[in-house]
Amino acid sequence: MNREIAVVAFAQTDHRRTSEELSEVEMLMPVLHEVLAQTGLKTADIGFTCSGSSDYLAGRAFSFTLALDGVGAWPPISESHVEMDGAWALYEAWTKLLTGDADTALVYSYGKSSPGPLRDVLTRQLDPYYVAPLWPDSVALAALQAQALIDAGDTDEPALAAVAARSRADATANSHAQLSGSVPHGDYLVRPLRTGDCPPIGDGAAAVILAAGERARELCDRPAWIRGLDHRIEAHGLGVRDLTDSPSTRLAAEKAGAFERPVDTAELHAPFTAQEVVLRKALSLDDGVRVNPSGGALAANPVMAAGLIRIGEAAAGIHRGESDRALAHATSGPCLQQNLVAVLEGDPR
Amino acid sequence: MPEVLKAPLTVEFPFTRSLGPVQSAFLTGLRERVVLGVRTGDGRTLVPPVEYDPVTAEEIRDLVEVAPTGTVTTWAWNHAPRRDQPLNTPFAWVLVRLDGADTALLHALDAPGPDAVHTGMRVRVRWAEERSGAITDIACFEPYDDSGQDAGDISEPSAHSGEFADPITGIVARARLDYTYSPGRAQSAYLAALAEHRNVGERCPSCRKVYVPPRGACPTCGLATSEQVEVGPRGTVTTFCIVNIKAKNLDIEVPYVYAHIALDGAGLALHARIGGIPYDQVRMGLRVEPVWTAESRFPDHYRPTGEPDADYDTYRELL
Ligand SMILES: [Zn+2]
Repeated sequence: MNREIAVVAFAQTDHRRTSEELSEVEMLMPVLHEVLAQTGLKTADIGFTCSGSSDYLAGRAFSFTLALDGVGAWPPISESHVEMDGAWALYEAWTKLLTGDADTALVYSYGKSSPGPLRDVLTRQLDPYYVAPLWPDSVALAALQAQALIDAGDTDEPALAAVAARSRADATANSHAQLSGSVPHGDYLVRPLRTGDCPPIGDGAAAVILAAGERARELCDRPAWIRGLDHRIEAHGLGVRDLTDSPSTRLAAEKAGAFERPVDTAELHAPFTAQEVVLRKALSLDDGVRVNPSGGALAANPVMAAGLIRIGEAAAGIHRGESDRALAHATSGPCLQQNLVAVLEGDPR
Repeated sequence: MPEVLKAPLTVEFPFTRSLGPVQSAFLTGLRERVVLGVRTGDGRTLVPPVEYDPVTAEEIRDLVEVAPTGTVTTWAWNHAPRRDQPLNTPFAWVLVRLDGADTALLHALDAPGPDAVHTGMRVRVRWAEERSGAITDIACFEPYDDSGQDAGDISEPSAHSGEFADPITGIVARARLDYTYSPGRAQSAYLAALAEHRNVGERCPSCRKVYVPPRGACPTCGLATSEQVEVGPRGTVTTFCIVNIKAKNLDIEVPYVYAHIALDGAGLALHARIGGIPYDQVRMGLRVEPVWTAESRFPDHYRPTGEPDADYDTYRELL
């Protein structure tokens, strides 16, 4: 593992409640063009392409193959897909670059939540024997986690409202955000979570380019070097887990080297306010760390892209010189079941 | 730009799953009003039971019976139940640790309101009247007042053979999701033109290829296509196959020919049925035109035009 790999470019769509006038590839293509334009690379220059998406969002089998039209898959390219958030596609691309099989990689992901009932759609990722037949929706499961935290004394409803308010206030500086500024905390959706505690439902896409070693320096003035990347998973049985903690996040962060030195910024994929409380605890983040300056998933949560966006936002902060060492986190599954942590650094200034 | 089309799309599937020995015993037990857990190597009892220890990954098979009463470990009040959820009146989602178990089971709690629910409250199983060997054999939980008994005196769960007459070996988990499908800008424009009996493709601004039907992108260049180009209506059969098996719900006599057809002016072939000619006389190079039926939004089939066959060189790039 002596190859240095960096995120050298990042682009995302404006995230919106619906983009029904666009097919998935039509929504995705401007983002692909933008991220390539940032580096001057053409599709044919890319060594490896990897994407993340889910057929369940659109209700169509193999929908990712249509999206491939947008990357110019003819003549044939080296390509792969994960039925997960694009952060996991990035993990695969990073591994590919580490092996030396490629010097550059295009990673993209997208999700259109508008065609279907997202809360119900996400129940299909649950244990099919004991849980999915009860149709507990994504908000309900997050609410169980929130109540467990409240019972444990780790948070309370005003503290959760403050997380929401801070995120949406920060999102005013993010032109891509779906929800920003002063957002009413609203009524209970599933108590103890109010609408304000929950992410907006929307459509969107994101893309990043990875490059190895000197290639990264050619393509980007200040590459965001990936110092470590790891992902871990917990038991699928919700009642087996301690919902007030996230040992998988802590372990992934440890393996990614997050605890070796403090980070200045953390982009956390916490779609629900209470999940930020869990992640801050798991990652031992103190108040000196800027958490989600982009507004995070509470400002825009395009399913399957929101985790990749966390890595992209963390990298973009390093590209701009606003951050020197950042942690990016992505999650998947109910109540933070699966967690990925990346540690990114810029060259010393 | 024509209006973007939308249509309801229902995806429905009866997921049929087989059960291992532990899941089979658990779900059969529910049918018989018996709740079973499984014992791990370090002596914990998991309810609902799994076949592999979540910590050590060891295979576990030691079944034990636990009580139908338990304690709420966390909860969430659901004032607006959704389709297919366990109750259609407001209820609490609960994780319940049954007496004798070390882990919690997710289910619904029937309670009058959020003020009647708290972590630590005592509940018991309410069995469904009709039980088939599924998690829904537990209709829900209900509040349980055991103040008259010694709630602290929870006896060790006793071993259970897990054997029942007529065990459940599989479940069918029906799932239905309702979507609103929209094909996006390019395909909406294509379908709108088809409704007027016109074939419209889109030209790539870079390689100039014309895509029919258009999907909004050139897969060679990875560029958005937007320039609309009228193609056809006539075209050339580039390749074909003979279909000998009748499809369900399809009223077409077999054998028939399904073909790739390069419409005049198009950069790649689309596919359609060939009619108006015996199936064994269809050939590469055959010139064809679309046949529209009265109400149809798309051609029913293509038939020979009577022109001489096209030269191979005119369509070899489109094979
Ligand atoms: Zn082209």
